[in-house]
Amino acid sequence: MAILEVEHLSKTFERTEVLKDINFSLEKGQVVSLIGSSGSGKTTCLRCLNFLERPDTGIIRVNGETLFDADDPVTTRESAIRKKRLHFGLVFQSFNLFPQYTALGNVMLASELLAKERPDYKENKKAIHEEIEQKAQVLLEQMGLEDRMNNYPHQLSGGQCQRVAIARALALKPDILCFDEPTSALDPELTGEVLKVIRELAEQRTTMIIVTHEMAFARDVSNHVIFMDDGRILEEGTPEEVFGHPRELRTQQFLGHYAQ
Amino acid sequence: MEQFLEQFPIVVQSLNIGFLQTLKLFFVTLLGAVPLGLIIAFGSMSRFRPLSYFTKIIVWIIRGTPLMIQLLIIFYFPGLVLKKQIWGGGEVARFTASAVAFIFNYACYFSEIYRGGIQSIPVGQEEAGLVLGMTKSQIFFKVTLLQMIKRIVPPMSNEVITLVKDTSLARIIALQEIIWAGQAFLKGSQGISGQIWPLFFTAVYYLIFSGVVTLLLGRLEKKLDYFR
Repeated sequence: MAILEVEHLSKTFERTEVLKDINFSLEKGQVVSLIGSSGSGKTTCLRCLNFLERPDTGIIRVNGETLFDADDPVTTRESAIRKKRLHFGLVFQSFNLFPQYTALGNVMLASELLAKERPDYKENKKAIHEEIEQKAQVLLEQMGLEDRMNNYPHQLSGGQCQRVAIARALALKPDILCFDEPTSALDPELTGEVLKVIRELAEQRTTMIIVTHEMAFARDVSNHVIFMDDGRILEEGTPEEVFGHPRELRTQQFLGHYAQ
Repeated sequence: MEQFLEQFPIVVQSLNIGFLQTLKLFFVTLLGAVPLGLIIAFGSMSRFRPLSYFTKIIVWIIRGTPLMIQLLIIFYFPGLVLKKQIWGGGEVARFTASAVAFIFNYACYFSEIYRGGIQSIPVGQEEAGLVLGMTKSQIFFKVTLLQMIKRIVPPMSNEVITLVKDTSLARIIALQEIIWAGQAFLKGSQGISGQIWPLFFTAVYYLIFSGVVTLLLGRLEKKLDYFR
């Protein structure tokens, strides 16, 4: 069964149709790259999945459960949406780390707030806290940041910040981890260290959707590639199909810019 | 000179008592206006139009009229027009009315500073919180608030130092604060009369106190320097 199914997703801002009838699905452990020129709707698509934008039409299903159905008001309530967000993780282009917390604090914050909702929180406060801290440390070690845990974001490089942001998203164990141009704010040297981490996650079969302009990386890391143009999915397939033998003229044009 | 040395301890003692009332008004105003300002800020940022318009009109009226007039209206209006002594009587009444006027007035100024502080925080901070499953109030208290405080310390310092001196306006309704105490020696009090220097001398109190406030706020600013 597909871990994620998206049907007939559309979104209009003012009078601009940003997403037009988007349909796709994703299997567990798959890595999907969303590529396309700026303004093609890739980022809006990710933001809809994370409920930062409310789609005008469409259905979002995770593990067969309907999280969002534009026609069913019960699923579109703000209170219902908060917990559903936890199925998805999102790593932003500009990191959006919380500046007043250390790297470790950033990774732990949401878990600690969620733990307060647990019925046994009061009795096991200390144990729960230690468990959260330990998990956060393991994640940061995994990101290669064992000696940076107690640094504040402004003391870290862009690449380090982005790796903290990835650890922060992973801490809540999302079913699907989304990346919104994770390396676009980084110089080439720092890009490498972030891509390496994402590649490792792919090897561990983390289900991911990656919006990226790093074509070589997309080709290398993903199982499935979606090319978006003007709010539509114009072409999709294996990396070999889309990058090797693009069918659509628009795809060929787009990829041509990267070949130069 | 001999006369001055004789008068000095008497005047200082009297000024000290007045200054205590000044300090009381200062701290009560801060204690009330700091949280009330936040509520007003949320009101003016509300997406519920009638509420935001209503709040903006209130802020306009309070910021657009002299605090001295507000003091007079709040103190005298209930008794003179409504024939109801809601403030009670004596010094307690004067203090309560002053505190109400000052709290409302300063809360309106604070609210605009808060609003600016909140709106200057990148929207990505809230989005990061939302994506991590936080509620709006968790995002405000755990993410936004401290960043806002850091940004508003300099403009708030300005307001707080102004407040130190503005407390003297309560003299208009005869609150027995330090100006009132200094002025008493002009007309005559405790055997001293026709002396203007006690009134001038009150400036030293304001100067020292605003110096202390400036130092403390500077320290707070430094304390918040650990993040950017």
